[in-house]
Amino acid sequence: MLFTSVLLFLWSCDEDGITTYVPYEPTPFPLEIPKLFSDNIIDPVIPFDNPQTVEGVNLGRKLFFDPILSGDNSQSCADCHAPENAFSDADRFSEGINGDLGTRNSMPIFNLAWNYDENFFWDGRAFSLENQALEPVANPIEMHSDWKINAEKLANHAEYTELFYQAFGNVKIDSTLVTKAIAQFQRTLISANSRFDQHLLGTTTLTPQELNGFNIFMDESRGDCFHCHGNANNPLWTDNIFHNNGLDATFTDLGLGAKTGDPADNGKFRSPSLRNLAFTAPFMHDGRFATLDEVINHYSEGLQNSSTIDPLMKAVGNGGVQLSESDKSDLKAFLLSLSDPTFINNPEFQDPN
Amino acid sequence: MKFLKLIVPLFLFVFISCGDDDTIQPTSGELSIQFNHNWNRKEIEFNEQNFTNAFGQELSITKLRYLISDIVLHLPDNNSIPIDGYILVDLNESNLIAYAPNIPFNNYTGLSFTFGFDENDNLDGAYPDLNSASWNWPSMLGGGYHFMQLEGKYENSGTENPYAYHMGTARKNPGEFEQNYFNVALDGFNFTQESTINIQMNIAEWFTNPQNWDLEVYDIDLMMNYDAQKLMNVNGKSVFSLGEIN
Ligand code: HEC
Ligand code: HEC
Repeated sequence: MLFTSVLLFLWSCDEDGITTYVPYEPTPFPLEIPKLFSDNIIDPVIPFDNPQTVEGVNLGRKLFFDPILSGDNSQSCADCHAPENAFSDADRFSEGINGDLGTRNSMPIFNLAWNYDENFFWDGRAFSLENQALEPVANPIEMHSDWKINAEKLANHAEYTELFYQAFGNVKIDSTLVTKAIAQFQRTLISANSRFDQHLLGTTTLTPQELNGFNIFMDESRGDCFHCHGNANNPLWTDNIFHNNGLDATFTDLGLGAKTGDPADNGKFRSPSLRNLAFTAPFMHDGRFATLDEVINHYSEGLQNSSTIDPLMKAVGNGGVQLSESDKSDLKAFLLSLSDPTFINNPEFQDPN
Repeated sequence: MKFLKLIVPLFLFVFISCGDDDTIQPTSGELSIQFNHNWNRKEIEFNEQNFTNAFGQELSITKLRYLISDIVLHLPDNNSIPIDGYILVDLNESNLIAYAPNIPFNNYTGLSFTFGFDENDNLDGAYPDLNSASWNWPSMLGGGYHFMQLEGKYENSGTENPYAYHMGTARKNPGEFEQNYFNVALDGFNFTQESTINIQMNIAEWFTNPQNWDLEVYDIDLMMNYDAQKLMNVNGKSVFSLGEIN
């Protein structure tokens, strides 16, 4: 009430002919939250100082697909985060601009505004999407560039100066604005239209095989996947928490342990979402599994014991829960029902350049 | 703009006059209910194999989350004050305190709560914050929510085995379910100013009293194990006690 009346007064001042400074306001563009999300889980995280706007998202999308942010103008974010791979890539390790390979598999990008703890990367070392985007640009084995030089490049680029003005007003272009815009675009990458979503909404019928696969997923003595990878009431299909899911007996990559320095965290990585697995192979933090069959075999009979293995990897003494062949194929059918082709084909998410 | 200037002194005036009324003693305040944890008085340290259960088995704790609902404060005249909502206590996330605002200062004869959700509250998928925490209980086991997840490893002839002490609705037979929450009634206390009341959970009690828990029999796959669920229910009744108020 008070707020509206104050606005009203300012307005009437203008009518009196006194010029007041009106800051530039881009057009608000609230996220369209899918029904399954608004019905079941808490609201997404949008930072106070970076609201979603039409102009910000447009700019972020252009930047995301533009190699201008890399040292030699050859690589964009989308090189390792391509729409057709649900914004991951098909390589085990991605190549940076100098041909160097990293040691981790590129991660898909969708529904990231619902990562409530805002710990990004496999090991959670970046807090917030805005901060995360600083890293690949400066990383010598990825885009190997310099934020100062990037800011100059963009400031000397007529189209970008106009787009930055539209998105943020008259503010000097720097890494903060670039990452804000990219984060806005990434927050619009929402995936909620898989066959399983449609089944929950009552608009599609799953096959008996897919339904049985879901029962295996939810069955503590068989799949027991739901403790870490969501359920029918948690459409994210991840808990976004760090676990050791029994990949190795000794660790070459300490994961969360390298971030926290606590040996009890060694070998723990953030549970990935099980959405869009049809597009995101290879799997795990180091892309060691080329197929979903290999992933399922891992949980069924390939578990490796170690001091930090999650207690939910219960049958580690036998290598795993020993799923039957038919259980395995049903589980796989269910997992694939979580993939969402309308997401990867959404025209709003393609390269605008 | 003139109007705006007028409003400001008016506000100041209102604030000042409020200030004058401060001498009136408040009759209610915020009560914080803090959940504390020990193992037979020993401090809880995660990931260390340093607890021994009543059966003589050594174990570690890697996770403890549980759900408390329907907290009620009891008055001497047999009236009571229900505190709305529920709390998912989570030791990993340091979520340990329930806040109850506007509680009348009084001499309370008791505090009670439900461990888990009763049948009126245990509605499948009904609570977005609990769904977001993946706290759901599978519908094939009756649906609703977990009441507790206590996890870790125990020593069994030289090797570490996992255990997952997960509690929720008990499935008697496929499609036939039994409520499994229980009520906890604690002693009375004096609430005379805003303060924190400490509730103690002795985790060791989950493994004994009345019945000693043998991890070699009950370690994993307990959610669908009717006998294990019922045993959790009887053992759970002695785990809580009232601690200090400060
Ligand atoms: C050379 C390949 C490469 C490029 C270029 C690249 N990334 Fe990544 N991205 C990765 C890899 C690999 C990871 C996982 C790294 C890790 O966990 O240590 C990752 C992780 C991420 C994540 C974390 C997702 C999550 O769920 O935690 C986001 C977001 C992301 N990248 C966005 C971007 C943006 C924005 C750009 C452009 C500014 C970019 N990436 C450029 C390879 C790349
Ligand atoms: C204790 C938690 C936990 C449980 C239970 C669990 N997972 Fe995982 N899952 C993880 C973690 C953590 C990762 C990532 C591990 C890594 O890369 O080091 C993962 C990775 C995966 C991946 C790879 C996804 C990708 O994008 O790379 C798939 C697929 C998967 N899990 C499926 C399952 C299935 C199916 C089950 C049940 C049989 C299951 N998980 C049970 C925690 C769990």
